[in-house]
Amino acid sequence: MSSFWSAWIIVLTLPVLIGCAILLTWNLKNYVGVPEDETTGHEVDGIEEINNPLPRWWTYMFILTLVWSVFYLAAYPGLGNWKGFLGWTSSNQGIKSLEESQLAVVKAVEEGRNVEFDREMVRADEVYGPVFQQFAKRDVLDLAYDDDAIKIGQRLFLQNCALCHGSNARGQHGFPNLTDNDWLYGGTPEKIKETLLHGRKAVMPGWFDALGEQGIKEMTAYVLSLSGRSVNERDAEAGKAKFALCAACHGPDGKGSLAHNLPFGAPNLTDNIWLYGGSARAVEETLIKGRNGVMPAFKQTLGEDKVHILTAYVYRLANPEKPAEQQ
Amino acid sequence: MSNKNHHDKIERSVGLLAILTIVAISFGTLVLITPLFFLDETTQPVDGMTPYTALQLEGRDIYIREGCVGCHSQMIRPFRAEVERYGHYSVAGESVWDHPFLWGSKRTGPDLARVGERYSDDWHHAHLMDPRSVVPQSNMPAFPWLDKNVLDGKYTAKKMQVLRSFGLPYTDEDIEGAAAAVEGKTEMQALIAYLQSLGTHLK
Repeated sequence: MSSFWSAWIIVLTLPVLIGCAILLTWNLKNYVGVPEDETTGHEVDGIEEINNPLPRWWTYMFILTLVWSVFYLAAYPGLGNWKGFLGWTSSNQGIKSLEESQLAVVKAVEEGRNVEFDREMVRADEVYGPVFQQFAKRDVLDLAYDDDAIKIGQRLFLQNCALCHGSNARGQHGFPNLTDNDWLYGGTPEKIKETLLHGRKAVMPGWFDALGEQGIKEMTAYVLSLSGRSVNERDAEAGKAKFALCAACHGPDGKGSLAHNLPFGAPNLTDNIWLYGGSARAVEETLIKGRNGVMPAFKQTLGEDKVHILTAYVYRLANPEKPAEQQ
Repeated sequence: MSNKNHHDKIERSVGLLAILTIVAISFGTLVLITPLFFLDETTQPVDGMTPYTALQLEGRDIYIREGCVGCHSQMIRPFRAEVERYGHYSVAGESVWDHPFLWGSKRTGPDLARVGERYSDDWHHAHLMDPRSVVPQSNMPAFPWLDKNVLDGKYTAKKMQVLRSFGLPYTDEDIEGAAAAVEGKTEMQALIAYLQSLGTHLK
């Protein structure tokens, strides 16, 4: 705050306090010329106006408030740039970037300033930090079968992931089932963690312009046939001839990008597991409009330690049984 | 104080009473509000802030029209419980270009100050069409008409001009291209674009 505005606030605030005190003193005296508790002579409809003094309790409260305000303004930041003798402030409200925010915390700690929010975070970190650090040191495969880690993981999952993937993690239209070991980007702990930290962005373009109405119908038949569904064979044959368009992401065999170690997140089309529905109509819609599956990044929101535990939880969802050699 | 009964004079003159009341109240305004118009903390945007795009701006107006602010705040308070759930607490520099601001004061639904990039566009679409389809226990109303209504973009440029007069750095190209930028877009797309921008500027 510039010194002008600081002075502005101080110069306006202090006279108001003094003015209130003067006003109170003035009003405590009887100027009316009528003794207290006696009638002023005004009467309307049988109701008399009595010259009542200010109630004592009210007056004492007023004085108490004035005394309190002086103490408060001395102790807390209220008078312009005066920081108060307690050095208290609620947060670092003036920051302009996350980096500045972190620096402000460090600076406040160094200067021993009393920033309520920072203190709250430091206190919490003292309590919970070691718990998360313990887990962070351990392997995901180990944590996945640790009851305590899974309990924390479940809370994190319900709070952050269930909105899309469902509270039972079975997913829904457009949001993958996490319990079936059918992965788009990989189900190893490393890949799961990568997905959680940085998010994923899948882009399937719409093919209506390239294929036309008939082409879409043929491609739909071929895609369905890959999962062993009975379709019009002539359509499927015609679709197969154009599958090169799709093979770039889904692989020439349609087994998806993961089977070919490609990072596109293009689903396996041969396993009868459908992200956007497996009816002929749904597949057609996918082909016409395209799809843009997005998994948001959680590095910023949750931090690496929590993501580590969440990784274990997600791994466990698809691998509920502990592998024999680890038992 | 020569006259012994000033109080009597004030009580009997409504005009004088009104003037003195305004004088008394104005001290609060002068101390608590006036400096905020001039301080860097409250007038300078956070680093790298960009004004709403034409589509986001239209989405914001739909947010206002549908009364979202009645149930959703956009103000993360500096408490650990809130920061753990929503992200970094809101700072003044994020709101300097909001006219009017939409901090809200009631949370029937969650705070939205940092909802941007938290969910996918598809999720928002499904959620606005039928909130129960993605959050079974939700009591939020559905807004299916947003998907049918198409923006006409008639006032988009005008809105940007007005906001520019408030100090938002819209360029002439932004304003000229405003109508084209929203043409053919549905209200749903606009609202989602707005939601996806919320809280993403503090980096």
